[in-house]
Amino acid sequence: MSNKAPLNVNFMAPRKILGVMSIILVVGSLILLGTRGLNLGMDFTGGTTVVVQGEQDIDTDQVREALSGNGFGDAVVQYYGSAREVSIRVSPREDADADKVGHQVFDLIAGQIGNISLLKVEFVGPQVGDELRDQSGLALLMALGLMLVYVWFRFTNKFAVSTVSALIHDVIITLGLFSLLQWPFDLTVLAAVLALIGYSLNDSIVVADRIRENFRNSRETDPTAIINGAINETLSRTINTSFTTMLVLVALFLFGGEVMRAFSEALLVGIFIGTYSSIYVVANLLFTFKVSKDDFLVATKEEVDDMP
Amino acid sequence: MTRYPRWKFFLLLAVLVLCGLYALPNIYPDVPAVQVSAADAGDEVSTGTREKIRSTLDQAGLNHGDGEAVNSSWLIRMDNTDQQLRARALLSKTLGDQYIVALNLAPTTPGWLRALGASPMNLGLDLRGGVHFLLQVDMDTVVKQRMDAWSGQAKMALKNAGVRYRDVIIDDQTLTVKFDDQVAADAARAPLRTALPEFKLSQPEARPEINLTLNPTAIKEIEDYAVDQNRTALNNRVNELGVAEAIVQRQGADRIVVELPGVQDAAQARRILGRTATLEFRLVADNYSAERAATGVAPPGTEIFPFRDQNNRPVLLEKAKIAAGDQVTNASMGFDQQSGQPQVNVSLDATGARSMQRVTGKNVGHPMAVLFIETKTEMTSVVDKDGKRTQEPRSTTDRYVINVATIQDTLGSRFRITGLDSPAEASELALLLRAGSLAAPVTIVEERTVGPSLGAENIEAGLKSMLLGMALVLAFMLVWYKLFGLFANIALLGNLVIIVGVMSLIPGATLTLPGIAGIVLTVGMAVDANVLIYERIRENIRRGMRPREAIEEGYSRAFVTILDANITTMIVAVILFSAGTGSVQGFAVTLFIGILSSMFTAIIGTRAMVEMVYGRGARAPAKLSI
Repeated sequence: MSNKAPLNVNFMAPRKILGVMSIILVVGSLILLGTRGLNLGMDFTGGTTVVVQGEQDIDTDQVREALSGNGFGDAVVQYYGSAREVSIRVSPREDADADKVGHQVFDLIAGQIGNISLLKVEFVGPQVGDELRDQSGLALLMALGLMLVYVWFRFTNKFAVSTVSALIHDVIITLGLFSLLQWPFDLTVLAAVLALIGYSLNDSIVVADRIRENFRNSRETDPTAIINGAINETLSRTINTSFTTMLVLVALFLFGGEVMRAFSEALLVGIFIGTYSSIYVVANLLFTFKVSKDDFLVATKEEVDDMP
Repeated sequence: MTRYPRWKFFLLLAVLVLCGLYALPNIYPDVPAVQVSAADAGDEVSTGTREKIRSTLDQAGLNHGDGEAVNSSWLIRMDNTDQQLRARALLSKTLGDQYIVALNLAPTTPGWLRALGASPMNLGLDLRGGVHFLLQVDMDTVVKQRMDAWSGQAKMALKNAGVRYRDVIIDDQTLTVKFDDQVAADAARAPLRTALPEFKLSQPEARPEINLTLNPTAIKEIEDYAVDQNRTALNNRVNELGVAEAIVQRQGADRIVVELPGVQDAAQARRILGRTATLEFRLVADNYSAERAATGVAPPGTEIFPFRDQNNRPVLLEKAKIAAGDQVTNASMGFDQQSGQPQVNVSLDATGARSMQRVTGKNVGHPMAVLFIETKTEMTSVVDKDGKRTQEPRSTTDRYVINVATIQDTLGSRFRITGLDSPAEASELALLLRAGSLAAPVTIVEERTVGPSLGAENIEAGLKSMLLGMALVLAFMLVWYKLFGLFANIALLGNLVIIVGVMSLIPGATLTLPGIAGIVLTVGMAVDANVLIYERIRENIRRGMRPREAIEEGYSRAFVTILDANITTMIVAVILFSAGTGSVQGFAVTLFIGILSSMFTAIIGTRAMVEMVYGRGARAPAKLSI
C-alpha cells in the first residue's frame, strides 16, 4: 500500500455547490430546531422514568391500562431493549409528591402484571432539569468559545474562524438530525456532542496544520493548489481515523445497551459530518477569507521557537 | 539519525509496570460479603460477637469466610448474593439493635497488592446498582424561621432597654422597627445593635424607623449551618440503613447528594431519609415520688417515659409541653465560663421563648426534661381479609427522655442546658437538638436508582462493546500498516493498561457506563496519532527519503499536530466534567486520561518499538513494513 501514488483529487472544484449544500443543511437544521425542537430527555425536562423487567414478555397495552386508570394517562410506555423490559416516562408533576411518582408507577404496574422487578428509576425535579439545560447550553458555548481562542492562539484568526465555523456547522446539523428524527436528547448525548466538538476540531486542525505547512514550505503560491494539495495529503489519515473511530462506535451501538445507543448515534452522525466539514467547510471558508502565504509569515516569527 | 534516548525506554517501562501493577486488582472479582458494625460508631465488634456470628452462620448451614476487621467493622465473605442476603437477614435478627448488618463487597485482591495500596476501580452506581438522591434544602423556610426569632429578639431588646416601639415588620431579609418619634428611634439604635449583630442598621431620614438588613455573611452562615446540620442528620440516618460506602455530600449552596451503593429498596431508603425527629421540653412532675413512676401508672396530667441513658429508668413528666423542637433555632456545644463544665446553648424562636420565660419563671429550682420523639414509617407485611399478603405503611413513634436538668433561673430565647457528663454528651445532645429542630426541610429533587441486575448488564454491555471495538481496530491497523500496525496495537493495549491503572490509582475517579464509552472512544481515537505518524512516514518514503530519515521526520513533524489536536479534546473533557453530573463526568474523566495516555503510548511507545526493530543496533533497513 505504501507504494500507491498519492491521491490527487480536485477537492476544490465542487466547493461552491457543496458550500451551498452546507448552508442549506445548516439553515434547515436551524429551522427544525426552532420549530420542531429537540426531543429533550428527562435530564432536561424533569420528570420520572421507570424501567421494569418482567419474567415473561410484557404487553405495553396492559401497562398503559394500569397507568391511565390511575392518573398517569400521559405516561409514555416503550420497550427498552427487549420485550421483557419496558420503560415508562411520566412528565413532571406539580404536586408535592412528585418525587414518589416512580415508585407509585412501579406499584401500579406490579399490581397489574405481577412479577416484575425494578431495573431503574430516574426522577429529575423540574428545577434540576432547567439547571442542567442551562448548564449544558453554557457548556456547548464555552467549548466552542475556547476552541476559537485555542485555534486563534495556535494558528491565525482566519483559521480560527474557519475551523470553529466548521464546528458550529457540525453541531447544528447533528442537532438538526436529532430534531428531524426526534431522537431523545439527554445528558449522554450532550457528552457525545461535546466529544464531537473535540473530534471534529482535531480533524480540522490536522488539515489546517498541513495547509499552514504547505504555505510556508512550498514554492507554490496559488491558494487553490496549496489547499487542494494539503487535503489530498491528509486524506488517507482523515479517512482512516474516522474509520477506526466509527468502528468502535458501531461496537458501542450494537452492544452498549439502551443508554449508549443515542450516544453512539450522535457521534456516528457527527463524525460523518465532521469528516466532511474538515475537508470542505474549513477549506471553503479559508478560500472565502482569501487565505494566502502572507497570513503565515507574520505568524511564523512568534511560532518558530516552539517548533521542534 | 539521532540516537533514541535510553531514558525514554526506562520511562516507558516504569510507567507500564507501575500502571500494570495498580490495574491488576481489577481482574480479581469482588465477592459478596456481609459487614457487621456496632450501632455506636467507633465501637469495635467484640470477640464474643464474632464468635456468635460464626456459630449463627454455621448453624444455618451457610458457607462463610473467616471474617476480617475493616476499620471498626467485621467483614464476612459469602459464597454468593443469595447466601449473602440470607446471612444478612439472619444476622440482623440475631444481633439485634446494637449492631448494623450491611451488604458489602469484599475485594479478593491478594495481600501483596493490597500492601502496595492497590485496589480496584470505584464503580459508579450505574454499574454496581444503587440509589442516588439529590436533596434540596429549603432555604426560604430556614431564613424565615430565623427572621421570626430575630424579630422576637429585637422586641425583647427594646423592652429591656425601655424603648417604646410601635411595630416590628419582617420583609424577606429585612426587619423594620417603627417608632412613635425620632427620639425613640435614636434611643433604639444602641440596644438593637448589640442584640442583633448579624444585621446592618440604617435609619431613613423621613420616618421614625430603623431598617435592619441581614448581612450577606450571616445569610451564608445560616445556609451553611442548615446544610451542614441536615448533612449530619442524613449521615446518621444513612448509617442506620447499614449501607457500606455510602456518600453524603454537600453539593453547591443548598443541596446534598446521598449515594447508597448496592441498596435495592429505594423506597425504604427514602423513608429513612425522610424520617422525622423532634423534641419537647417538659417539666418533671417532681411532686410525685420516683416510686410512683416505677409503678407504671401515671397520675392524671402526667406521662411516664424511659430515661434513655439511665437504663430506661422511668421518669414522670407533666403532660403540658413548654416548648418543642420546631421552636429550636440553634443548638451548639459550649463550656461554662466559670466551671469549665460542658453545656449546650439553645436558641428558641419568639413563641418558644415566651412560653419558656413564663413557665421557667414560675418553676426555678424544679427539674426540666428534654424529651426526644422520633417517628418512623415502615412498611409492614399485613394479611388482608382475602388472605393476601400486602405491604402497608405503619408509623411508629419512639419517645424517651434524653436529659433532665434543674432550672436555675428564668429562661428566655437563649438558654443553656448544663449537668452533662462529658463534652461528648453535650455535643451529641446539641446534635440531636439540631437534628430534631428540622431547621431545614428537605425535598428530593433528583433520584436515580439502578437495580443490581441492570448494573451487571451495563458492565457486560460495556465490556462487550469494548472488546468488539478493540478487535475491529486492531485488525484494521494490522492489515493497513503491517508491522507498524502491530506496534500501534501493542501501544493501544498498553494504553488500556495505563487508563485502568490510573483510574484505579486516583481515589476519586469512578468508572461509569459513559466512562466505559469514553475508554472505547479513546481506543478508536488513540490510533489517530499513529495514523498521522505512519501516513507521514509513507509520504516521506514516497518522496524518496531513506527509511530511517522517514521515520525520524515522520515522528517529529506529526508531534505538534498530535499535540494541537489532542489538547482541544482535553479542553472539551474539562468543560464536560464541570457541566455534567455523575455518570457523564465519568465519561469526561476516562476521555481525559485516555487522551493523555494515548499520546504517551502512541508517540513514545511505538517509537521505542520502531527503534528496537529499525534502530541503530539493527542494519539500516532497505524497506519498512508499513
